[in-house]
Amino acid sequence: MNKDNLTRKELAEVINGQLGYSQNSCAALVDAFLERMKLSLLDANSIKLVHFGTFTVRDKHPRRGRNPRTGETITIKPRQMVTFRPSKRLREQINE
Amino acid sequence: MNKSELIETLAQEVDLPHREAAAITNTILETMIEALAKGDNIEIRGFGSFVIKQYRSYEGRNPKSGKKIEVAPKKLPFFKVGKELREQVNLHGKK
Repeated sequence: MNKDNLTRKELAEVINGQLGYSQNSCAALVDAFLERMKLSLLDANSIKLVHFGTFTVRDKHPRRGRNPRTGETITIKPRQMVTFRPSKRLREQINE
Repeated sequence: MNKSELIETLAQEVDLPHREAAAITNTILETMIEALAKGDNIEIRGFGSFVIKQYRSYEGRNPKSGKKIEVAPKKLPFFKVGKELREQVNLHGKK
């Protein structure tokens, strides 16, 4: 199966084709959309998009790890992770 | 934040009516869903990427009854956060 890759550029082209804004505007609109999503996540605000899924910022606890090269024990600092949980509808569409 | 709040912030940012920001949002999300449904990947620099992972059927257990069940083969989308967003999220958390 030939796998295509959807990028910002293709998203802008679809908006241009379906909604008719200029090509330059479409690139800016896609960027603005992604920027709004990012700002929400940076505020630790999850984003719940019906029929698509939920993006959540999760705190990871500090834990002890090892440097695989030296074997040294180190403490891995607490950090944040962005996780995505697909909606039931999206999971169904993917398996249709 | 839910979809209509996202649409509202987008409308303000790009100075378009709510209705148009909604059309843009829905077009982006539908395009992403169509791509994933076809088995394509999504790669958005600075934000993250989605890949479809294919699972073969396997023998699982009902966690409540402990009964063995055959889990049908399935595909699931995985999101991997982009480097830029991952770093920014962490910088924010340290504050």
